[in-house]
Amino acid sequence: MAGEGDLKLLGMVVSPFVVRVRMALHLKGVSYEYIEQDLFNKGELLLRYNPVHKKVPVLIHNGKPVCESLAIVQYVDEVWAASSPSILPTDPHERAVARFWAAYVDDKFFPAWIGIMRAETEEERAKKMSEMAAVVKQLEVALAQCSNGKDFFSGDSVGYLDIAVGCNLFWLDAMRKMFGVVVIDAARTPFFAAWADRFRESDVGKVALPDADIAAEYAKKIQAHRAAAVASK
Amino acid sequence: MAEGGEEVRLIGSWASPYVVRVQIALRLKGISYEFVEEDLKNKSELLLKSNPVHKKVPVLIHNGKPVCESSVIVQYIDEAFAGTGPALLPADPYERAVARFWAAFIEDTLLKASSQASSGKTEEEKTEGKEKVAAAIVTLEGGLRECSKGKPFFGGESAGYVDVILGGLLGWVRAIDTMQGVKTFDPSTTPLLAAWAERFGQLEQVEAAMPDGKRLIEYAYARAMQAAAAAASTN
Repeated sequence: MAGEGDLKLLGMVVSPFVVRVRMALHLKGVSYEYIEQDLFNKGELLLRYNPVHKKVPVLIHNGKPVCESLAIVQYVDEVWAASSPSILPTDPHERAVARFWAAYVDDKFFPAWIGIMRAETEEERAKKMSEMAAVVKQLEVALAQCSNGKDFFSGDSVGYLDIAVGCNLFWLDAMRKMFGVVVIDAARTPFFAAWADRFRESDVGKVALPDADIAAEYAKKIQAHRAAAVASK
Repeated sequence: MAEGGEEVRLIGSWASPYVVRVQIALRLKGISYEFVEEDLKNKSELLLKSNPVHKKVPVLIHNGKPVCESSVIVQYIDEAFAGTGPALLPADPYERAVARFWAAFIEDTLLKASSQASSGKTEEEKTEGKEKVAAAIVTLEGGLRECSKGKPFFGGESAGYVDVILGGLLGWVRAIDTMQGVKTFDPSTTPLLAAWAERFGQLEQVEAAMPDGKRLIEYAYARAMQAAAAAASTN
């Protein structure tokens, strides 16, 4: 495809931020070389191309790195502007609304579900679940405002805010399996729950969302690492 | 000047560095606006209606439509007023991505550390925060070198997005430097940032947007006393 050049993505299979970028690349129909990173034993490529944070995702385009998942998504949208769909809306106010809610996802939604994951007692998990309930309620409101009654945050088809939120879904499914918690409950947030089902069934959801079991396995691996670190102190 | 018929209002409070960011952006673009001073202890109907999610300033209201979150507002201003004044984000997609990276760094790394340094729950946490701030500033010096490529600003020849995002904090940086007898942007360890702070702070659009230094110091002292009184009364 025009403008592609040499494109590599440093990622990790269960990182929602990496999944977000893979979704953007898939939406644009762009092919790339995916290089899985071992975050417990960071390799030279990662340290060289993201020296500031040493985190994934890192998109390397013609040898130049782009870091921060939302910056990468916007970069992909701009470089492949000639390929449809447009990931961000074209209207400046709609773009601002999309960016506002994407920031909300990363500042509130992501830490909220991480809190549920990392809770060490049932009591703590219940507390984190009730904090999450307030966040999910806001996203129900956001969906109503942004979608204007259509299937996705972005309207008729998947866009920026859909992938900003949607990349987290497989972890919510993993937590349901691991702890029996239901973060997006159809009884409390019906629109959001319906959107989540549609997103999972969408082309980009089916292609890019990893299996929840893989996330659950990885969570066990992190647990083991943490336990070992504590034990060795 | 804003185009005829454009109504631009900024809900803000005079001391907020996030509000200063937006004021600088508007002034750099030459957009006229009405400033609505908000009493954050007694939030107005307008603020609560315009930013129901966070109930915070700044909020930009353009022709009746609100935009919230300072970095989102600055990008909005650049896009909605694309024909007016200089562009704040670079034209090249890669350079835009680099600018967005450094803006995110200022928010997620530098400011988070700064918050820990001042509001950490223990002395240990606060000290760790201070160390993180110092490290972040050294990293940011590298960012300035990368973005400016020898020119005066993060944005190159003229001030841009990252300059605005960092520059909104300058009033507070100066206040803290005066109060604590320190140099946040130390010319011996971060010469580029030290020179940038001088240069950016002297732009007329930035001077016009900055809070009064003395008033900010008084405000900072008053807040510190309130915090100390609150802490003493719980012991």
